Amino acid sequence: MKISHLGLLASLLFAGIVQAADAPAPTKLNTTADHSKFKELQREFTSGPEVTKACLTCHTEAALQIHRTKHWTWELVNPLNQQRLGKKNVINNYCLSSGTNLGACATCHVGYGWVNSSFDFKSQENVDCLVCHDTSGNYKKLQGGGQPPVKDTENPPGSGKIVKAIDLAAIAQKVGKTSRDTCGACHFFGGGGDGVKHGDMDSSLASPEKSVDVHMDATGLDFTCSTCHKAPAHDVVGSRYTPTGKDAGDAHIRGKVNKSNPATCQSCHGQTPHKTGTQPAKLNQHSDKVACQTCHIPQFARGGVPTKMNWDWSTAGKLTPEGKPMLKKDAHGHVVYDSRKGDFVVAENVTPEYAWFNGEVTYTLLGDKVDKADGITLINALGGNASDGRSLIWPMKVMRGSQPYDPVNKTLVKPHVAGNDDTAYWKNFNWEKAIETGMKDANAPFSGKVDFLKTEMYWPITHMVAPKEKAVGCNECHTTGGRLDNIQGVYIPGRDANQWVNLIGWLAAGGTLAGVMLHGLVRIVRRKN
Amino acid sequence: MERIYIFTRFERFWHWTQALLIIAMLITGFEIHGTYSLFGFDKAGQLHVYAAWALITLWVFAIFWHFTTGEWRQYLPSFKKIDVVIRHYAWGIFQGEPHPFKVTRARKHNPLQAFAYLGVKLLINPLVWISGLAYLYYNELNAAGVALSLGLVATLHTIGAFMMLCFLIAHVYLITTGHTVTAHLKAMISGWEEADAEHGKQAS
Repeated sequence: MKISHLGLLASLLFAGIVQAADAPAPTKLNTTADHSKFKELQREFTSGPEVTKACLTCHTEAALQIHRTKHWTWELVNPLNQQRLGKKNVINNYCLSSGTNLGACATCHVGYGWVNSSFDFKSQENVDCLVCHDTSGNYKKLQGGGQPPVKDTENPPGSGKIVKAIDLAAIAQKVGKTSRDTCGACHFFGGGGDGVKHGDMDSSLASPEKSVDVHMDATGLDFTCSTCHKAPAHDVVGSRYTPTGKDAGDAHIRGKVNKSNPATCQSCHGQTPHKTGTQPAKLNQHSDKVACQTCHIPQFARGGVPTKMNWDWSTAGKLTPEGKPMLKKDAHGHVVYDSRKGDFVVAENVTPEYAWFNGEVTYTLLGDKVDKADGITLINALGGNASDGRSLIWPMKVMRGSQPYDPVNKTLVKPHVAGNDDTAYWKNFNWEKAIETGMKDANAPFSGKVDFLKTEMYWPITHMVAPKEKAVGCNECHTTGGRLDNIQGVYIPGRDANQWVNLIGWLAAGGTLAGVMLHGLVRIVRRKN
Repeated sequence: MERIYIFTRFERFWHWTQALLIIAMLITGFEIHGTYSLFGFDKAGQLHVYAAWALITLWVFAIFWHFTTGEWRQYLPSFKKIDVVIRHYAWGIFQGEPHPFKVTRARKHNPLQAFAYLGVKLLINPLVWISGLAYLYYNELNAAGVALSLGLVATLHTIGAFMMLCFLIAHVYLITTGHTVTAHLKAMISGWEEADAEHGKQAS
């Protein structure tokens, strides 16, 4: 028996060796194509669009698919309220608006050459395939049209900074699926710098530890962005303009038609995700009122990169005695004042604020009436309350700021901030000129007067999900002065109580105690007698 | 000195287990209510639910015991001699008078006591029990179409808890009003009530 077993083992080993020697197993790829073997890519490329043309010879529909997405149009109509949104239209309280600043903003457009309104949105070759599908990490785009540097280039022009040329053929031959790096190249740096905008997305997610993001954990589950944000036909799911406030559906199952947003927590975890722990049923029951994120993202900006919490444009423009712009940094080296931009407050490990949210977002757009006298202007007002049946309690980054507006026409404004010309604010420090240029470009009236008003912008927090051990504990909400202290319309045990019942209850209990003590005292006194 | 065996072994087990569980539930319950912080909300909630199920189980056995033994009759209300008992607690007890009610195997609670325990069994217990289960199964009830407000359920449960707390305070004190301070306590431990020789003379 033993000998025959050994023989079998030996023959198996031998067979394995022979096979390995005959036909070396190919590296296990997640694709059937090795782009370095494609003749179309074995040539020199002198521009981005040339690469795209080569891609389109095989991927015939890809550019047309991109044309339909907001990655390309920077525009969408919110089906709930018909507001025309997208980066092309909205005004926020970071760099304010795109408009005349496209040269800087559109470096993150998935195309080549969008600097002004003459850009051809019908052009297929202007679609930038590489910015999302580069796997080499070497791809770069220049400011002012987003072209890749095929030779060493000074960028921005006049800055003295030389951007080294990149080898487009080598990059094209290594294309593949999107990654945390490609998505992150823009989305980690929204608002003009690492972590500035979102709070729950920054460069720490490129290769995060488990404690920063349990799903993206680089040595664990290693999710990419597209693991959740699937992109059938290049249409990436998930949106901040039309988000899902409450997903009451079950986990998606292969083969079953699932029309709901596949990027929600519930689309994988379902409605009863808690299986272990002290009271799994009670935790599961929270899901009708509390978003998963509320407990599972205890803080945002946890990866060591601070996020901007406040941006006061009203203090911009202070110059040195020599008339030069200046930067002030805090003890950690983070910029807290920039003459071009004003005062900043940045923070790490930020505990979110909380609000009811049903997925409805209403922006304050150009032309909408705003007034300093009305208090804080909401850049994006969120819908939702305890009783509409469609809302959950969500964690929020609330971005606060002060920004320019037209006090006569009572509208927000789109200043021309970036640019190497004589009206751009960052070069000339003159609000009137900058706003006049920006508003003229937007075909919007401007009175010539400038004032500043306070604004708030809401960012539902959904990334940087912590390991379950780090989830927010019961005590942090079920208490007075806890995380959910401001949440109205729901009875939270430990926070809420009927004060009349409390008053009468304690009076009754105290009265009983006093009564029996008095009775006992009289007995003791009488007994001594 | 007369000795009567009034509390059977099950009755004593029921009483002391119930006492322990109710005290535990008052402590954890008022923490859940937000009155103080002791175990933390999570732990307090967990202990409260465990104790609740233990108490419900105990009550099921106790109810069974009451009906099979006929002991439930002990709580039948009676106004007979209730004025004499009230007078005793309000006056006679301070004069060193013996208790006017004579404990017997068939009638082991004085009329005032019987009323109090009946109140616990017919008012406080059902209020705590029903509101507590509604609290525990709030989501399931709403899913089944019983639209309850959690605030209302919690408030009713809190009212029940305050009533239980008042009962407990009064009950613990009244234990000391036997013919000696510890006579009633000893009876509930050993089962034997040592009746005072003078007992019941005034009432007879």
